[in-house]
Amino acid sequence: MPIDILMPALSPTMTEGKIARWLKSVGDNVRSGDVLAEIETDKATMEVEAVDEGRLDKILVPEGTEGVKVNTPIARLAGDGDAKAAPEPTPKAAAKPAAVAPAPAAPKAAAPAEKEYAGPTAAMTVREALRDAMAEEMRRDPKVFLMGEEVAQYQGAYKISQGLLQEFGDHRVIDTPITEQGFAGLAVGAAFMGLRPIVEFMTFNFSMQAIDQIINSAAKTLYMSGGQMGCPVVFRGPNGAAARVAAQHSQDYSSWYAHCPGLKVVAPYTAGDAKGLLKSAIRDPNPIIFLENEVLYGHSFEVPSEGDHIVPIGKARIARAGEHVTITAFSLMMKYALEAAEMLAAEGISAEVIDLRTLRPLDTETIVASVRKTNRFVSVEEGWPYAGIGSELISVLMEQAFDHLDAPPVRVTGLDVPMPYAANLEKLTLPSPARIAEAAKTVCYRS
Amino acid sequence: MAKTRKAERGGDGKPAPVAELLKYYRDMLLIRRFEERAGQLYGMGLIGGFCHLYIGQEAVVVGMQAAITPADAVITSYRDHGHMLACGMDPRGVMAELTGRIGGYSKGKGGSMHMFSREKNFFGGHGIVGAQVPIGTGIAFAHRYNGEKRVSLTYLGDGAVNQGQVYESFNMAALWKLPVIYVIENNKYAMGTSVERSAAGQALAERGAPYGIPGEQVDGMDVLAVKEAAERAVARAKAGEGPTILEVMTYRYRGHSMSDPAKYRTKEEVDKMRTERDPINLVRDMLLAQGKSEDDLKKIDKEIRDIVADSADFAQTSPEPPESELYTDILVEA
Repeated sequence: MPIDILMPALSPTMTEGKIARWLKSVGDNVRSGDVLAEIETDKATMEVEAVDEGRLDKILVPEGTEGVKVNTPIARLAGDGDAKAAPEPTPKAAAKPAAVAPAPAAPKAAAPAEKEYAGPTAAMTVREALRDAMAEEMRRDPKVFLMGEEVAQYQGAYKISQGLLQEFGDHRVIDTPITEQGFAGLAVGAAFMGLRPIVEFMTFNFSMQAIDQIINSAAKTLYMSGGQMGCPVVFRGPNGAAARVAAQHSQDYSSWYAHCPGLKVVAPYTAGDAKGLLKSAIRDPNPIIFLENEVLYGHSFEVPSEGDHIVPIGKARIARAGEHVTITAFSLMMKYALEAAEMLAAEGISAEVIDLRTLRPLDTETIVASVRKTNRFVSVEEGWPYAGIGSELISVLMEQAFDHLDAPPVRVTGLDVPMPYAANLEKLTLPSPARIAEAAKTVCYRS
Repeated sequence: MAKTRKAERGGDGKPAPVAELLKYYRDMLLIRRFEERAGQLYGMGLIGGFCHLYIGQEAVVVGMQAAITPADAVITSYRDHGHMLACGMDPRGVMAELTGRIGGYSKGKGGSMHMFSREKNFFGGHGIVGAQVPIGTGIAFAHRYNGEKRVSLTYLGDGAVNQGQVYESFNMAALWKLPVIYVIENNKYAMGTSVERSAAGQALAERGAPYGIPGEQVDGMDVLAVKEAAERAVARAKAGEGPTILEVMTYRYRGHSMSDPAKYRTKEEVDKMRTERDPINLVRDMLLAQGKSEDDLKKIDKEIRDIVADSADFAQTSPEPPESELYTDILVEA
């Protein structure tokens, strides 16, 4: 029986890649562990090793092919008599959760990105947008520098800093040891001196090692010094769950940092917002927590391609106008909220979807105005429910829109458990478009 | 390679110039009298919260300060009053911060442990043990980034040396040859826990040895020994040779904070240090030996008492911060 070799997933979030090179030819005998091909993703070039043995019978996807989806058959091994019913050749790929299956690109039905901008746009991934934001700001201000683990020679663990070392040199793009508390504190000291550090956490999960420096040193010192000691630093990196990395690598820190006076907390969804908000963050004289999302890095959006694209911190965006219910979300959850709005539209419910974009300071004006219009509210976040962003939003609405609510507001959140590893349990833990749509129907008394 | 040595004073055998000794005498005395008065105001309920006095350790900051210029930076932990005065900060502003008044360096919003002066390059005043060490390293990073020949004097105590972030800092400072001097003020007790009970291994000066950071143990009751060791470390830093560790052996006469009865050590131990090793008496004896009279020194004592009395008056008459200060200085308005 022939064995299909499938396009493997080489990282938790890889959905597709390019076959860069075949290292075996048709007719070659393949032994377990042989390198079959090189695959390029937007993050790295990796080798694909054979799991099964046999003669390479057919190459189904020629080298140079881009955008090959994970789990696509790329070659076939001839089943010699002894090539028995082997397990799936790419166990990694087989275990891929549905959550990161190839998804439609940017939402189309949504309102245009930035009303005030009417110029030309270009498609760009969130990854490229973040890189361009840093590069533009580093060109603009010699005090801006980037430090973190693998940001320089490796070009970024998630390739966000690709090309920056080449352009700006190792004086300004600095590989650190694995020493989060140390380099976070070092950046705070450099910021006290008037430099403008960008600190990349490989993920925000590791910022917990540094949280004392972020809160006690970066956020509080301006106040404790009577206004003398500003700390213009940006702490950025992917936040929240990626896929199948379990409890210690899947935490959402939105409400943790949003809790603290002295910080600004930003969590963009689109590439345009990622770029415009990161540029604002780098120019801001205060410490900024800039929460990215690994799953979004490869997503493309239209981004303004002319002028200095700046998005102000502290302004939410109505991503889709609607009448019956207000749904707020941020970061990756915006994608689900917009998908839910589509599902709701099919059932005759018109949802207004607000992308919060900034979590502190919160744009309460936009949220309250929307709820006063729709009279119903659903908050979506990936993090835990207890003392979460949704709890805060609902408190604000109790204070400022109590008489306008026609139904008790509902929170859609990650479940109140450490993130499980098993694919089915992980999927249950995270919000989904279906859960959001269900919540919206509940507040519309339509379930 | 890293090496530890005992600092020896007066290689050339010549006595220090009188003018220099007078300055040290005056500076140390100011700290001593200031702290005594702070202790008194604390007892009167005019100073609240934590208050960590520097009495006994004066030669450390005065000696270190003698080796740097006003462009160099200083950062320390919460036992910081002496450092601020040594940096030339106004005793009025320091005392008024202790009493929580608007005339304080932080408008009364920081208190004893959190005071700063951009003007004097004093970067605090940090309340979390060890947290000032990466920050001080970052200040040195900025000096190097800007291509400036300035050093960062980063003070820590014998308790802080057991915090992990200290070693994260040592590693980066050595890796990048940052112009930072780690001054470990070893006053023998981390609150109530003696160094013997908390620190494994060799002398604290050796704690940078694995990173190739040279360390030196210095007699911290002798201002001239401190100054000479500081000069060597500053020269290294400014020559681009990287960090140095100075373990300065000192002693605090008072408890860890005002609320510490210090029952973990004997009265005899404290008395012995006070009578035999007092840093101010040492300089006083040198001055008398070089022909200064008791009257000359009394005059200085009087001047200092007046400065301290004035600061205490100011700290009690400066108003409390207005309620409008509650919501200021949380964010810099762009």
